[in-house]
Amino acid sequence: MANRRDFIKVSALGIGGLAVSASAFNILKAAVPQDLISKDTDPQKGLKRYPTYCEVCFWKCAGWTYTDENGKIIKIIGNEEDPHCNGRLCPRGTGGVGMYYDSDRLTTPLIREGEPGSQTFRKASWDEALGLVASKMDEIKQKYGPEAMAVFNHGSSGKFFGHLLKAYGSSNIVAPSYAQCRGPREVGFAATFGSGVGSPEPTDIRDTKCLVLIGSHLGENMHNSQVQEMSDAIDKGTTIITVDPRLSTVASKSKHWLPIKPSTDMALLLAWMHVLIYEEIYDKEYVEKYTFGFEQLKNHVKNMTPEWAYGITTIKPDVIRKTAREMANAAPATIIHPGRHVTWYGDDSQRSRAIAILNALVGSWGRRGGFYFKESMKLPSYPHPAYPKPKWSWKDTHDGKYPLAGLAVANTLIEASIPSEDNKHQIHGWLVTGTNLPLTMPDKPTLAKAMQALDFMVVVDTMPMEITGWADVILPECTYLERYDAIRTSPNREPYLALRMPAAEPLGDSKPAWWMAKQLGEKLGLSEYFDYEDYTEVLDWQLQKVGSSLDEMKKIGIKKFDRKSGGLYLLPGEDYEFNTNSGKIELYSTDFQAEGFDPLPKYTPHPEPPSGFYRLIYGRAPMHTFSRTANNPNLTDLMAENDCWINPKVASQWGIDNGQYIWLKNQDGIVSDFPIRVRITERIRWDSIYMVHGFGHKDKKLSRAYGKGAADSYMITNVMVDPVMGGTGMRGNFVTFLTDDPHV
Amino acid sequence: MKEELIISGRMNPGIDPYLNIWHWHIPVYLFLGGLAAGILFFAALYTIMGREKEMPTAVKWATFLVPGALVFGLMALFFDLKHQLYFWQLYTTVRFESPMSWGAWVLMFITPLSMVWAASYIKEAIPTWEWRFKFLDQLEALVVKHRKALAWAMLALSIILGIYTGILLSAFNARPLWNTSILGPLFLVSGLSTGAAVIMWMSKNYMERKVMSMIDLVLIIVELFFIIHLFMGFLASTAVQIEAAELFLGGPFTVSFWVFVVILGLIFPAILEILKLRGYKIPVAVPALLILFGGLVFRFIMVEAGQVTRYLY
Amino acid sequence: MRYAMAIDTRKCVGCSDCVVACQTENNVPIGYCRDWITETVDGSYPNVEIELRTERCNHCDNAPCVRCCPTGASHIVEGGNVLVTPDECIGCGACIQSCPYDARYSHPEGYVDKCTFCNHLVIKGQQPACVSVCPTKCMYFGDLDDPDSDVSKALKNRKYKTLAPEAGTKPQIFYMI
Repeated sequence: MANRRDFIKVSALGIGGLAVSASAFNILKAAVPQDLISKDTDPQKGLKRYPTYCEVCFWKCAGWTYTDENGKIIKIIGNEEDPHCNGRLCPRGTGGVGMYYDSDRLTTPLIREGEPGSQTFRKASWDEALGLVASKMDEIKQKYGPEAMAVFNHGSSGKFFGHLLKAYGSSNIVAPSYAQCRGPREVGFAATFGSGVGSPEPTDIRDTKCLVLIGSHLGENMHNSQVQEMSDAIDKGTTIITVDPRLSTVASKSKHWLPIKPSTDMALLLAWMHVLIYEEIYDKEYVEKYTFGFEQLKNHVKNMTPEWAYGITTIKPDVIRKTAREMANAAPATIIHPGRHVTWYGDDSQRSRAIAILNALVGSWGRRGGFYFKESMKLPSYPHPAYPKPKWSWKDTHDGKYPLAGLAVANTLIEASIPSEDNKHQIHGWLVTGTNLPLTMPDKPTLAKAMQALDFMVVVDTMPMEITGWADVILPECTYLERYDAIRTSPNREPYLALRMPAAEPLGDSKPAWWMAKQLGEKLGLSEYFDYEDYTEVLDWQLQKVGSSLDEMKKIGIKKFDRKSGGLYLLPGEDYEFNTNSGKIELYSTDFQAEGFDPLPKYTPHPEPPSGFYRLIYGRAPMHTFSRTANNPNLTDLMAENDCWINPKVASQWGIDNGQYIWLKNQDGIVSDFPIRVRITERIRWDSIYMVHGFGHKDKKLSRAYGKGAADSYMITNVMVDPVMGGTGMRGNFVTFLTDDPHV
Repeated sequence: MKEELIISGRMNPGIDPYLNIWHWHIPVYLFLGGLAAGILFFAALYTIMGREKEMPTAVKWATFLVPGALVFGLMALFFDLKHQLYFWQLYTTVRFESPMSWGAWVLMFITPLSMVWAASYIKEAIPTWEWRFKFLDQLEALVVKHRKALAWAMLALSIILGIYTGILLSAFNARPLWNTSILGPLFLVSGLSTGAAVIMWMSKNYMERKVMSMIDLVLIIVELFFIIHLFMGFLASTAVQIEAAELFLGGPFTVSFWVFVVILGLIFPAILEILKLRGYKIPVAVPALLILFGGLVFRFIMVEAGQVTRYLY
Repeated sequence: MRYAMAIDTRKCVGCSDCVVACQTENNVPIGYCRDWITETVDGSYPNVEIELRTERCNHCDNAPCVRCCPTGASHIVEGGNVLVTPDECIGCGACIQSCPYDARYSHPEGYVDKCTFCNHLVIKGQQPACVSVCPTKCMYFGDLDDPDSDVSKALKNRKYKTLAPEAGTKPQIFYMI
């Protein structure tokens, strides 16, 4: 039968289908030749691209923002030259368009009318809002001195407000990512190797033969280049050893999964040291040449046998020995990963020390397949007058505690904002940018008290996150897709520079941070510190100084430079001075000893859940970043709420069904505001429950995130503070289940 | 414990958590299509057998319902389409592998045919009827002259229409509940049974009613046999089909199927028919209504339950 | 020429980047997705195994959706990719009913939509958006008939499976296990 479609062709977009053959049996179907597909429908037509680096998380992958012929942002693709992403962005980076199109974005400056914590604001002009901020900051300077102003930050905006604050006279610039996340490992590694770990971690996963993850859920955290290198490692047949109470994604891909009892990791690390030393399979030459304190270490772990560790960790002794031997076998291409979020039980600097010591024993630091020597590009600062010297700083708020803290500790600065008899260094004003403190900080009662006591708080954010409800002034920042920012100088195997430039005009009345800082600076009489009209002048000046230019970077997005600081790895037999007191890798830490802390890590037992309670374990999902993306439409499509993982045995004891919604109550009686959906799974132990962090938003203005899932941070009221550097251990909280709504 | 879940938040409207893309439009159309097929079948059959005098309702009066039923069914289908402006694309091609294409074309022929057939008997129902246009008179004469040929055409088309409503569903082997070749014959028999019920109900002729009710009884028994066969087939088949059968054997559709379709729609009317044949006085509307009701509910349940069953997740 | 995809389940971490990349590349409306991630868990703590898979339309060799389409809107192009011509689709939903993988959905504009293996990129020699973005590089795409293509090389030395082979559709996405 003739195919009528040849005669009746109405639509120009039709892909002229040739008839499927006229037979009830399956004989050859004539397929449409590809060249009949109309080129008029080519969606690639008219695409333009602008270089950027992602701001959704801290990995800062460089990429290209694509706009269509109408100038609308349509997609973001990774920059192939960038070692952070190799042309492949993670789901949050790809979903960055959702951040731009989020209808709940802040679009105008807002000034509070009413009590702190209540959410009545009125729209204001930039002039009025910035004028108010400047006048309040001046007031604080007059009354208490500029040191009483602090900046809480995370992300690119911190650079501009930090510069502003220093020009204003305070050095109280704090990032919660230090004491609430990776601070302890910086201290632990710095004390051992003379250098912190930094971000991205200089782990040579690409060439490693044995990757040990204790406290790292690579693959659920999308640390882009590390996940990519891990995938290459899987292809090569690399041994992966994962220590995790939960079967994480990477644990399921590991050769050995050690389902450790939570809070006992230190015992395992010490037992591994014991095996390496007493079976004499550690890297003898490396230890001999580069380390200090081996004999003390050997003596220290004499009785810390695998049998001893078995009783504590429930990991069988032969497994401990087998995995230690695997590590030694692969050495020096062995990585015991430092982890990222290491604030667990308050002895975290010591646990990071143990990890550092293990790495030293297998000789991985500075060796191929272990840790390489990273290098970052040094860009000269745009000229400005010298900063005034503050009379006191965050260190003074510690009252002698946390002597080894290298950066400001957010929890102590928060406590320092609460007036009291003993508080000699009170903080009276906060500028918060890029961090949602109520969901980030544990111990919400103290935070609330501090925020209530403040004279003034200004919040700079793109979204109406919970923190904005506490502000006196809210300044709307435009997203990273709409602004210029400082050049990215992250460390890597080779130094790179990456440019961020806007792909579209800022939405509504939102503005970039550099503009806000400059305007504030001018209103505060600090214009000499902002001696430029537009930030592009600064960028061009900096780039010219290193042999590039803004125009060049706009075309290429990312530029590689040559290493200047020596080789990636130690040459065999090379003499090397480590940046420690002894000039060697300190297995026995003189820094710790000097401050009265254990120079060699010890195992301390931590509280266990009472009967009927389960340890609250939290982590990440690859499609979300903290609480920041919970409203992003592209990403809520993937995961709109978190689940509470419960072991089937526990669920059947409680009579809880899969998919049921329950409320959680912690050991201090705090009840979750919203119910959380239960996922009954064999992947979690019977003494713990697991949930992804970043949900349970309480701000109604976040239309997609409000009320979805439960917030783990509100359940974290028992904070175990690390005496070494002030880190807040958060995994010592236990929850029980409430099947009926406790809020009625 | 085994888990299998989609972790990227898929919730496509109409597809998740289970398929829900066909609503009332499809079962209503299937019912009306089956009913029309049944009526036209008996009309054609008795015309061919030369028994127009004894079976006037079957041959003439019942067919007056058919054009309306078919048009209403087609309109329901049209409203079910989600890209309605392009509905005419259906008629630009014949695709032999697509039962839906057959259906579109069969309906294209059988609807005017049924209108013509019914129109040719209007003068008998309303003696004073006069056609507006001359060519209609000629058309009527043509139809009357070639009644037998037309009846054969209608017989074939009505069987195709009846069986195609079942084959339409059984062609979708991705829905385990529909993936059975007995669905075609089952829907055909059900359609014939509903047609016979309508004829029986409308008929004023005692003999005709008796014949139709006996035919209906036989059809009901065949239908019951097919239903048993259907479930036996499922339970002896693959895991997904066993799960599909379990929807009706303890699952959410158990009560509605066995009570409304089997007991009220088949067994009870069959008992009433037997009693009537034995001489008890039973108003004819009761079994007829129950059969029609059972047929409609049967199609509603099949379409909804079928969409619930799937191969994966 | 027969396009096919191979997915290495050993490397997939279930990050769902493929889902978002497809959404931004193909203008998929919010609330809909053309591909998705499935997780299967088996065992009893601590002897548990999981498998992660990214799934989409399998562009089957014996595609029931093409067979049952009454207008021919659902058709196969050179290379074997199954596509839908929006202006020929009447939105009857037959193809949605016929897909054992539930890969199709009804687009808000009325026609039926699904994964196209990014045909508009493939004809230019590029890879589908999901394959180019995958951070673990667990997805391979190419011409099965070419022994040097990515997909042929990936499948050469590995065991693999397809989904619901009993449905008889001859799917062209192979999961390396």
